[in-house]
Amino acid sequence: MSDRHTVSMTINGHRYEGVCEARLTLADFIRHHCGLTGTHLGCEHGVCGACTILLDGTSVRSCLMVAVQADGATITTVEGLAEGNGKLSPLQEAFRDNHGLQCGFCTSGILITTTELLEENPDPSEAEIRERLSGNLCRCTGYQFIVDSVLDAAARLRG
Amino acid sequence: MKPPAVKYQRAGGREEAIALLGEHGDDAKLLAGGQSLLPLMSFRLAQPGVLIDLNPAADLDHMGEDNGHVVIGAMTRQRTVETSRSIADNLPLLSEALRYVGHVTLRNRGTIGGSIAHADPAAEIPVVLLALDGELVVEGSSGTRVVSSQDFFIGPFTTVLEPTEILTKVRIPRSAAGTGAAILELARRNGDFAIVTAVAVIHLDQSGKCDMVRIALGGVESVPARLQDAESVLLHAELSDDAIQGAAEAASAAVDPVSDIHGSGSYRRDMTRVFVRRALTQAVDRAKGGAT
Repeated sequence: MSDRHTVSMTINGHRYEGVCEARLTLADFIRHHCGLTGTHLGCEHGVCGACTILLDGTSVRSCLMVAVQADGATITTVEGLAEGNGKLSPLQEAFRDNHGLQCGFCTSGILITTTELLEENPDPSEAEIRERLSGNLCRCTGYQFIVDSVLDAAARLRG
Repeated sequence: MKPPAVKYQRAGGREEAIALLGEHGDDAKLLAGGQSLLPLMSFRLAQPGVLIDLNPAADLDHMGEDNGHVVIGAMTRQRTVETSRSIADNLPLLSEALRYVGHVTLRNRGTIGGSIAHADPAAEIPVVLLALDGELVVEGSSGTRVVSSQDFFIGPFTTVLEPTEILTKVRIPRSAAGTGAAILELARRNGDFAIVTAVAVIHLDQSGKCDMVRIALGGVESVPARLQDAESVLLHAELSDDAIQGAAEAASAAVDPVSDIHGSGSYRRDMTRVFVRRALTQAVDRAKGGAT
C-alpha cells in the first residue's frame, strides 16, 4: 500500500487538482486525471520524446517524473501552444504547410521540443535543429519535412 | 512500463535528506533528476520502498569557486552547467562533455551529482571528473568525507557511497593556464550511451615537453578509469605523432573491454586506440594553441 498525495498544477493556464499514488507518472496524470491526451506516451522510459512537455518553461519528459513532483508547477502541453479560437501557433502552421507530420504520434513532443529551441535560438541552423530533434523519434517522416517546418517557422517568427 | 508502488518523501535540504536516509536506509533511493532512476523503476529493475526527492533541496543546487576549485552542487542541472559562462571559461572540457550527455530535454532535468552517483560505466560526467582529477564531497550522519574521483567508482553502477550517505558536491581543480583538453565519443546515434568516450588533458612545459597528462576512458570497461599505462608513455616526452600513437597503443593494450549488443570487446579495444589517439592529438593542439 503506497501513500497518496494531493497535487495541483497549472496546465495551459487552467488549474488541475488530483489525488494520486506516488508512482503515478506526470504523463499519466496529464492524460488520465486532466484528460489532456495530446501528450503521447511511446516508450515510457525516456527514449522516444513523445511525452515532452514544458515544465516551468523548460522541456522535460513527463514519463520521467512522478506527478507529485510537479505539485505547484506551471506546465504547457501541446494543447496550450495555439492561442485558441482555432488559430494554430506559427510553428504549428509551419508543420501543416510543410507536411511536418504524417501519423502525428510524435508531433506533440516535437512541437514542444522545437518551441523551446526557437525560444532559445530564433535563428537555428539545420544542424542545430537536427541535434535538438535527436531526442525525438519519428518513424514516418524521415525528419526532412520536420527540419523544413522548423526552419520555416523560425523564418516566420523572425518576420 | 509503470513504476512500482513506492512511498515518496521530499527532502527540503541536505540535512533533511541525510536524516531521511538514516530513517529508511537500504529501502530508500535518492531521487535526483530521475532520468535514469525512473526508467529503471519502470523496467522494475529498481524497486525502492521510498523515494527521497532531492529536487526541493536548494542547498544542493549551486555553482561557485573555492580556493582554486570549481565547486558544483550535486543537484545542479546538467543543462545549467552546460550553458554557464563561468564553466565555459574555467572548465571548457565539462561544457563540451555535457553536450554528449543524452539530449537537451534530459539535461534540463538530469543533475551532475545524479549522473556521478548512478555511475553508469558509459556515462560521460564520471570520465571527465577522472580526467580533471575532481573530488567528491560525501556527507552522512557520521560526518563528511572527501573522496578522490579515482577511488569513487568501484563497479558498474557501484560507488563507495554507503546507503546512508549522500553526494553533496563535486570539487574540480581549475586547470593551469595552457592546459589542453579534449573529449571524443563514439556512439551509434547522437545522445546514445558511449561505446567509447576518450578524454585527454595535457600540459606542456616551456620546452614543449609534456609535464602533465591525464587520459580517462568511459564505455569500454565496467568502470570509468584513468589509463596510467598510456599516460606514462607521454609524461616528460615530446608529444610527436609517434609518441601519441604509442600512448594510444598502450591504452588499447591495457583495457579490459566489455562486450555487449552495441559493440564487441575487440571492437571496443580497437576504438580505444583510435579515440585515445584523436583525443590526445586534439588536446595537444589546444595546449599548443593556448586554448583549453
